[in-house]
Amino acid sequence: MTSRRFQRAFKVSVAAAVVALSLAACSGGGAPKNDTADSGGNAKPTSFTMQMITHETPGDTFWDKIRAGAEAAARDDGVKLQYSSDPDASKQATLIQSAVDSKVDAIATTLVTPDALAGAVKAATAANIPVVGFNSGIDQYKQLGALMYFGSDENLAGQTAGKRIADAGGKHPLCVIQAAGSVALEARCAGVKKEVPGTENIQVNGADDSAVTSTLQAKLSQDKSIDYIVTLGAPIALDALKAMDAAGSTAKLITFDLNKDAAQQIKNGKIVFSIDQQPYLQGYMAVSSLYLYLTNRNDLGGGKAVLTGPSFVDSTNIDAILPYAEKNTR
Amino acid sequence: MTQVVKAPAAVPPAADPPGRVRLSWSNRLLARPDVGALVAAVVILIFFLVVAPAFRSPASFSLVLYQSSVIGIVAVGVGLLMIGGEFDLSAGVTVATAGLTAAMFSYQLGLNLWVGALVSLVLCLGVGFLNGYLVVRTGIPSFLITLGTFFVLQGANLGITKLVTGSVSSDNINQMDGYDSLHAIFASSFKVGSVTIQVTVLWWLFLVGLATWILQRSRIGNWIFAVGGNEASARAVGVPVKKVKIGLFMGVSFLAWFVGMHTLFNFNTLQAGGGVGNEFIYIIAAVVGGTLLTGGFGNALGVAVGAFIFGMTSLCIVYAGWDPNWFKAFLGVMLLLAVLMNLYIKKLSTTRKVG
Repeated sequence: MTSRRFQRAFKVSVAAAVVALSLAACSGGGAPKNDTADSGGNAKPTSFTMQMITHETPGDTFWDKIRAGAEAAARDDGVKLQYSSDPDASKQATLIQSAVDSKVDAIATTLVTPDALAGAVKAATAANIPVVGFNSGIDQYKQLGALMYFGSDENLAGQTAGKRIADAGGKHPLCVIQAAGSVALEARCAGVKKEVPGTENIQVNGADDSAVTSTLQAKLSQDKSIDYIVTLGAPIALDALKAMDAAGSTAKLITFDLNKDAAQQIKNGKIVFSIDQQPYLQGYMAVSSLYLYLTNRNDLGGGKAVLTGPSFVDSTNIDAILPYAEKNTR
Repeated sequence: MTQVVKAPAAVPPAADPPGRVRLSWSNRLLARPDVGALVAAVVILIFFLVVAPAFRSPASFSLVLYQSSVIGIVAVGVGLLMIGGEFDLSAGVTVATAGLTAAMFSYQLGLNLWVGALVSLVLCLGVGFLNGYLVVRTGIPSFLITLGTFFVLQGANLGITKLVTGSVSSDNINQMDGYDSLHAIFASSFKVGSVTIQVTVLWWLFLVGLATWILQRSRIGNWIFAVGGNEASARAVGVPVKKVKIGLFMGVSFLAWFVGMHTLFNFNTLQAGGGVGNEFIYIIAAVVGGTLLTGGFGNALGVAVGAFIFGMTSLCIVYAGWDPNWFKAFLGVMLLLAVLMNLYIKKLSTTRKVG
């Protein structure tokens, strides 16, 4: 009796564990169980080692998604993925060089500082290691010798946002730059300014929420004519909402990129729209395209960069996207 | 015998014993560590009132006070620690650690936020204790020890947050039990007339007052000055040097926890990379406020004024509508001017010894 009851209890808990595992698989983008099923099904080779190198600033949710996408692709394709990053250009070049030296099968790298990275990328192609660029470097990836490129055109993204602002009658947007001296961020604001000449930039310290909020609050009370606020990262958008509340500003808020809370605010109507460059897709495609190149010599994009953005998220499609934002893949 | 004792008592207490050099009222004032900073603050204040019309409103002033208070609260502790002759480079990151710990602990275990806040407090005090203990135990300069803790916490913030939440930011906690009461304590605001005042401003003023009392009126204050001025002599006269230093480090981490709680309950989610870089702002506030980098000299009011100068400058550049690309350059010039003025006034007070 007792042993049977124990058995039943055991079975129940196993079932519960399986359910929990499959739930975890949902949220994490894959669990060990899926892997065994995969390798049982088509017995993919797992001998490829790829290196992904980015200029990630530690602690930014954006890079988290790039990495999650890359790791999902690595799991799906059965390749071993190594990840390294450094925001400093010369150190990123060293990371690429060390990937070449350790004879990885393929390299995916961001090309945020093309001139500084050119030498290391040349060394990779000279060693017959395929390289794809992603996230930044759309204009230079070809001359550096990268095979393909997955990313968004920042300037175009800014322009598209600017056009939407201009169409809605915006005259004086405030573009909030959260990191000094970033080419990609400046390009977004420059794109907005191209469409709306009255655009003004402001610099904030993205590492300190209260500094961001009070700087924006000060700006909003100094200049009441600001009718749009453009933030360049989802966490900054949430700080901006707080500042707008405190300053009693009626400006409209739009943002680049997404996260859980920003997606929720789009649903609530507090953020008009987000310009998403789909970082998960960038990471996923970078790894998958290399896998297809290695196994099948495929080339994606027809010799042109593959654009992952700008993709707009607003009240019309937020309901479909919100669940993925909550899972951290969008 | 009795006559001898009575004789000095008959002398009016205000008069000095013969032979002692007495500084004039103005020189005694100028010798205070906070006066240079105060003068600089007034000059900068007037300057910005002239060039930044948007700054001339009570609401703007209240915002400047808020910005100063989130710097100033930790800076009070850092200032006391520097008077005691030590540095803490981990203070900025500890703020993020505090908030992340409280948020993740409560959220993941589904506990009341008060539990998370207390766990976080214990952890932060532990970090402070460890900093202090390592410094007094090994004799390695605190600059290096806390640089180590700085890196450890920076990495742990990212690593643990990623492990626990699967992302690099903590989950939103504003629907959880205990949020309302904690928000009221750490992040509420109230209206005075038409002006909104953040509660951190009151906490800041209270803490500055408390630190002033500790430094000027309590035995611990004497100990702090003694330890920072000359550690060997302090030990020789029986000051518990190790306890004082460990206590000062724990004071800094307590205040970092306090601001961490404010950030968490004001913004509800935190990025794991936050707080980095603020450690220098705290030290800058203390130094601008007249605290000696080598220890043994300074006061809490000065540190508060230093934080105020920083908060005012960083926001008034915005109020003045200056080109944001130049922000850091303006800030640097302002700070240099403040420190130079500080030095000039201190020189003025020490060269004209007898007034």
